[in-house]
Amino acid sequence: MTSNNSRPLLEVRDLHVSVGDNEILDGMNLSVGLGEVHAIMGPNGSGKSTFTNVVAGRPGYTIDRGDVLYEGESILGMFPDERARKGIFLAMQYPVELPGIRNREFLRTALEALREARGEVKLSVREFNKMLEEKAKAMDFDPDLMKRNVNEGFSGGEKKRNEILQLSVLDPKLALLDETDSGLDIDALKIVANGVNAFRGPDKAIVLVTHYQRILNFIKPDYVHVLIEGRIVRSGASDLAHELEAQGYEWLREPAEEAETVGATGRPS
Amino acid sequence: MAAPKVISRTSTQEELASDYKWGFVTEIEADVPPKGLNEDVVRLISAKKGEPEWMTEWRLKAYRYWTSEEYREPRWSKVSFPPIDYQDIHYYSAPVKKEKGPESLDEVDPELVAAFNKLGIPLAEQKALTGVAVDAVFDSVSVATTYQKQLEDLGIIFGPISEAIQKHPELVKKYLGSVVPYSDNFYATLNSAVFSDGTFAYVPPGVRCPVELMTYFRMNSEGTGQFERTLIIADKGSYVSYLEGCTAPMRKTTQLHAAVVELIALDDAEIKYSTLQNWYPGDKDGKGGVYNFVTKRGKAAGKNSKISWTQVETGSAITWKYPSCILQGDNSVGEFYSVALCNNHQQADTGTKMIHMGKNTRSTIIAKGISAGEGQNTYRGLVKIMPTATNARNFTRCDSLLIGSKCGAHTVPYIEVRNPTAHMEHEATTSKVSDDQLFYLMQRGIKEEDAQYMIINGFCKGVFAELPFEFAMEASQLLKVSLEGTVG
Ligand SMILES: Nc1ncnc2c1ncn2[C@@H]1O[C@H](COP(=O)(O)OP(=O)(O)OP(=O)(O)O)[C@@H](O)[C@H]1O
Ligand SMILES: [Mg+2]
Repeated sequence: MTSNNSRPLLEVRDLHVSVGDNEILDGMNLSVGLGEVHAIMGPNGSGKSTFTNVVAGRPGYTIDRGDVLYEGESILGMFPDERARKGIFLAMQYPVELPGIRNREFLRTALEALREARGEVKLSVREFNKMLEEKAKAMDFDPDLMKRNVNEGFSGGEKKRNEILQLSVLDPKLALLDETDSGLDIDALKIVANGVNAFRGPDKAIVLVTHYQRILNFIKPDYVHVLIEGRIVRSGASDLAHELEAQGYEWLREPAEEAETVGATGRPS
Repeated sequence: MAAPKVISRTSTQEELASDYKWGFVTEIEADVPPKGLNEDVVRLISAKKGEPEWMTEWRLKAYRYWTSEEYREPRWSKVSFPPIDYQDIHYYSAPVKKEKGPESLDEVDPELVAAFNKLGIPLAEQKALTGVAVDAVFDSVSVATTYQKQLEDLGIIFGPISEAIQKHPELVKKYLGSVVPYSDNFYATLNSAVFSDGTFAYVPPGVRCPVELMTYFRMNSEGTGQFERTLIIADKGSYVSYLEGCTAPMRKTTQLHAAVVELIALDDAEIKYSTLQNWYPGDKDGKGGVYNFVTKRGKAAGKNSKISWTQVETGSAITWKYPSCILQGDNSVGEFYSVALCNNHQQADTGTKMIHMGKNTRSTIIAKGISAGEGQNTYRGLVKIMPTATNARNFTRCDSLLIGSKCGAHTVPYIEVRNPTAHMEHEATTSKVSDDQLFYLMQRGIKEEDAQYMIINGFCKGVFAELPFEFAMEASQLLKVSLEGTVG
């Protein structure tokens, strides 16, 4: 394949992140190559959103140690918009409402910013509307939502769908999808999965955070990782998701009694 | 008729390297009498205009009232400034005309035209390009009025008030001071004594004014006060939309602006009055700038009449103004939509008064205050329901947005209900530009500054929507320029 494949698109090295005194990521490592889809699963509060937020550059986190490389370059010093213009997209677990900002205008402004960064010509309003209409249609997205303020009064499912519509319009390289499948009905789940699959390609990469194996039936991951207490404790192929679905996370937790076990072997404590 | 159009100032090229984009000074000989105020100066102003005696007398009456003991600036507003030396102000400054007087647009002093071009209102092109009739007031004198013929055919009078005093004395006599009496308040009284020009508009019965009428005010001479007077009358069943834009050059010293605006809407008539106020706000340390002490009031005198104020106040060091409605006619409607921005050391104390007198009168107040830097923004409003106002309704909404931590927002609503059938609603919010919203926008590739403007614009949406389209675009540009360096 291309020479790009020689180095990962995203590389997370020994990442330690805290908020205040609370250490959340505790030495996370992950490598995501072009063309790959990685699923991250893990119990509530294990640090999944923290991880995607840190990659996207959300303020409020302290990076205690480690690095995040994107296309071989550390991005930890970059502002969120710079990262976005380099091709990082985060579909948020809780999309934000933007009063007074119309969805259509918002998307157009964002796309304009990205296209400028990519050295692409400006789309005319007409071209943009046409493109948007097609993408919205493909996703069965209610056109009325384009005229409304971003996410304001949207249902939970509409918000998630709006995130994927943005993914499809903005066409980034790396998509971080944080529980985009949560709160979707079965039909919507398929539509969203189709949207993500349409995005999938050899020059793209996807990191998908989920609690449910179900979405992985539609979006087949190359890797599944289990994040517990800020660390990836297990990685495997897609059947790992089935195992988790059946058994939960308990069996993967580091035995907290390790020290005692050691003690039991007779070493003095 | 196609949507009326306004040429936007912001389309002009870079005029100066400063933050205040409209701060150039025009080199025009000005006809400036000495500083200070006394009866002779009042007479001089009146004489310069060749005014009839009743007008001179009215001015003098106001002047004497103004000098009466105990008569002072209002002290109740939440603004502070050093005492004003009223003897250190020029009360009249008119650009000296090179020859006689401009008979048509082509003859207007080219320097003046150039100045207006810089402001983005090329008078010469107004006729061809826009549907806006512009009456440009430079310092205090109306310079040229475009679009005259079309209006004349409809019987609409639109032009300098000085001219109206000559040509339509019966109208001026009847209505001048009928809404804002000369004894109304300190600044209004001063204005009544010394106003040098302003706009007059009259729309005859049943006529719907087909264009937006617009006046562009600009202060130029240093140490001059600007005291323009505006009088708009919408006769029975008529409609008029009027726009006013204001700029002033940068000055180290403060400048006083004490205008009076009176609106009268007779039966079934409607007046829509929009203001973009961008007087020089002073520098970052609070030096200089315009003191904008303005009295604006409309009387919805007739039944089913309507008065609607929309204002976007981004400029001035201090703003003190309360565009108000007296809802006298039964079923009359008053509206007030406002965006007021205070950045750096700006202070604004602004709001409205809705006085309900007629039956079934309705009023709506939407006030958005934005505070940034060390700006102090106060909304002060009064809703008064008189005993005669059966079934009156009011809806008030005041939203404040804070940018940074050194600024302030204050809301002072007064409600006085003297009729038990009144229905009142009041909502108020204070918010900050949220980090989550900023992050969301930036995550999509939008630069922080732009993201801030989008949020701020969104905050103002409900008010901007009330402005004529091109004015709305300009308003959001103005906000952007006024906040430059504050956000991001
Ligand atoms: N801003 C913050 N302040 C305090 N604690 C925080 C903050 N952000 C995250 N945390 C804590 O960090 C831990 C990890 O949170 P995170 O949102 O990353 O979990 P998650 O794996 O995404 O969970 P879920 O599956 O419930 O979405 C939680 O205990 C959370 O309370
Ligand atoms: Mg989460």
